[in-house]
Amino acid sequence: MPIQEINGTRIWQKRSNQERIVSAILWLITLSIIAWCWSIISAQTEWSFVKDAPKQGADLINRMFPPKWSYLDGKLLKAVWDTMTIATLGTVLGLLLATPVAFFAARNTTPHPVFRYIALFIIVATRSIHSLVWALLLVFALGPGVFAGVIAIGVRSIGFIAKLLYEAIEEINPKQSEAITATGASAAQVLTYGVIPQIMPTFAGLSVFRWDINIRESTVIGLVGAGGIGQALIDSINAFKWSQASIIFIIIFILVLISEWVSAKARNAII
Amino acid sequence: MAKENTPKRTWSKPPLIKNPTIRWIVVIAILAYAIMAFLTIQSSIDPARISKGWPRTVRLLTNFVQPDFFTRIKDIRIGVLESITMTVVSTFVGVILAIPFSLGAARNIAPRPVYLFSRTIIILSRTFPEIVVALLFVVMVGFGPLAGAITLMLATIGFIAKLMAEDIEDIDESQVEAIKATGASWPQMVVYSILPQVLPRFIGLTAYRLDINFRQSAILGIVGAGGIGAVLKTSMSRYDFDTTGAILAIIIAIVLVLEIISGYIRQQVQ
Amino acid sequence: MAQTNNMLEIKNLEKRYKTGDLALSNVTISVPKGEVIALIGPSGAGKSTLIRCVNRLIDPTAGQIILNGEDITKLGGRSLRKARRKMGMIFQEYALVERLSVMENVLSGRLGYVGFWASLMRRYPQSDIDEAFRLLSRVGIDHFADKRADALSGGQRQRVGIARALIQGPDIMLVDEPTASLDPKTARQIMRLIIELAKENNVAAIINIHDVALAKMFVSRIIGLQLGEIVFDGTPDELDEDMLTTIYGEEDWEETIQKVEDEDEEES
Repeated sequence: MPIQEINGTRIWQKRSNQERIVSAILWLITLSIIAWCWSIISAQTEWSFVKDAPKQGADLINRMFPPKWSYLDGKLLKAVWDTMTIATLGTVLGLLLATPVAFFAARNTTPHPVFRYIALFIIVATRSIHSLVWALLLVFALGPGVFAGVIAIGVRSIGFIAKLLYEAIEEINPKQSEAITATGASAAQVLTYGVIPQIMPTFAGLSVFRWDINIRESTVIGLVGAGGIGQALIDSINAFKWSQASIIFIIIFILVLISEWVSAKARNAII
Repeated sequence: MAKENTPKRTWSKPPLIKNPTIRWIVVIAILAYAIMAFLTIQSSIDPARISKGWPRTVRLLTNFVQPDFFTRIKDIRIGVLESITMTVVSTFVGVILAIPFSLGAARNIAPRPVYLFSRTIIILSRTFPEIVVALLFVVMVGFGPLAGAITLMLATIGFIAKLMAEDIEDIDESQVEAIKATGASWPQMVVYSILPQVLPRFIGLTAYRLDINFRQSAILGIVGAGGIGAVLKTSMSRYDFDTTGAILAIIIAIVLVLEIISGYIRQQVQ
Repeated sequence: MAQTNNMLEIKNLEKRYKTGDLALSNVTISVPKGEVIALIGPSGAGKSTLIRCVNRLIDPTAGQIILNGEDITKLGGRSLRKARRKMGMIFQEYALVERLSVMENVLSGRLGYVGFWASLMRRYPQSDIDEAFRLLSRVGIDHFADKRADALSGGQRQRVGIARALIQGPDIMLVDEPTASLDPKTARQIMRLIIELAKENNVAAIINIHDVALAKMFVSRIIGLQLGEIVFDGTPDELDEDMLTTIYGEEDWEETIQKVEDEDEEES
């Protein structure tokens, strides 16, 4: 208790002595963990390089400017188009794959608990593994290019979409589907008349939101050979052509800003 | 019903877009895009390569179901350790550095020039994908977890500052007014009227970002910025897919644990 | 400016918002030490703007506010904060920091007196804590010291708000619609408490209040504000039906005036 009475005067402290000791110990533990983590990072770092960092940074900026505008030709624009295609088709693929997973994962629509656990595993696995890793795997299996990229982005999107969608399905108003069932409708009819209209706004919002994220991700999966502008970036960097890289940075910046703007507008329109 | 007297009325579901011209333009645009996108993909599909890839895929999958945790245990251990340390340090430092930017990017308490400056930093930090930023830091500070930690720290600043600024813009202004009216100084005003209102969300977002930072730290190694990603990439280029499977399983496990922890923290502070 | 014995002088105060709306014009009020004034007027008359100009939560565009001989319209930074310490404010929706405890809310009234680190670590001088306990028991919520502010009822919260204002050791209390969010009985209790405490501590007060009956019941001087200008300044007895019509517009005031007299008889 923070209020104590000592010799007739009442003393107030935010925390009792015991609480203060506990909180001090917790802080000490936190700070030592961080110090320990830092010591590991520090041990893995070549500090002579780091000392050189400001010079390296200045050098980098010098090489980037002025950007080599002639690099912005048809070939690069094709890469931009590829990036957008990867994001868009990847999102469509993700939606197609995620929808059944979501219905299997939702308690109120799953055909059997076993399906539910399988669906939950798919959600966790696809969400936890970054699209770059998916891209690496798929480039290995399918060969480099846009196709691998679309599938990588699609697979990666499953977990995100399915998770938010199945939560929406679990929150639907059961009275509406009950009413449809009461008319004698089949299970598929209950789904289309009683369930889908209720989750449609979530579904629409999610697809736009995921598309926005996918634009961002598809700009980088080219780094491992899965097509799009990332490929051009890694090629330029490997060839030390930083004045080309800076053009790609500008393109990424604009693409991301546009997709964020579009998705914000679209979501406002849906809500 | 007097069926004979009334003209026959048909009904069909009203279309989503009422104006028929716009509706057809939208339909045609979608079809045109679909065809173009399909052609784009088709040109990148190489049937010979895919059929060659089939045995590889089979091998990949068979290796995945029997992951090998032990052959590369030393590399995996170092990689995981690096990923975790990068996550912890970058989250801690990033969150602390995000505080001034959160205040600066809140329209209701920051003066205009500070607001614009903070927003610019936030946009820059949020727009570039982490892996691209990591590429630059690898060039600047060399290979290793430092480059990754700096990258994640910068991303954390933008993420936390943007969301916290939104929260600060939504606070109850009368509490700020009341504290100002007592003669409190600006930092006292922040601590007594803004902090108590936004603290739960701040803690929740920190836990969430810890989770995101770990996921990111697992791939930054692909470009040499430290963490398990480097081991992952090496194992794949050596076709050691049993090791790859083991690393992916470890990543999934750690992400799950972090998700449970961050979910618990967020529930506690609400 | 010759020193007068008025504690607060508001002279020719004007506030024009950036939108061009004139919220206050040519407002002049003298407040002697310890006098309690009710400020009445329809919503939008500028009552709230006026008391916020006094402690400069809103900056007036012209005129002077002289507190104990010092023109506070010229102050800024540290000296403004020092002047604010002498003015306690009580709010309509209580404006307590909801997630802090009652005690922390009361002690926040001392922020102008303690340094940043002391306030961050909640280390207040024992004299402040004694005073906080005294005020909490005076307003009747002694046993709630460690409750969080959002756990209290409206009347209890306003008592915390009063304690927070008084712990500043103010010369004047600026009170913004203290009863507007309360039920009639609690409203009357809170109003009585504010008046009693003002008397006990010899603190002046300007009370914004839309409830004319309540104002007439408790206060000996009433100022009527209409469209940012003072249209009435006198005793409750002088505030008759015609005057109320001037302030609020045409309405049947018989009821209001009658009711006050009835209640007065009941009370006595």
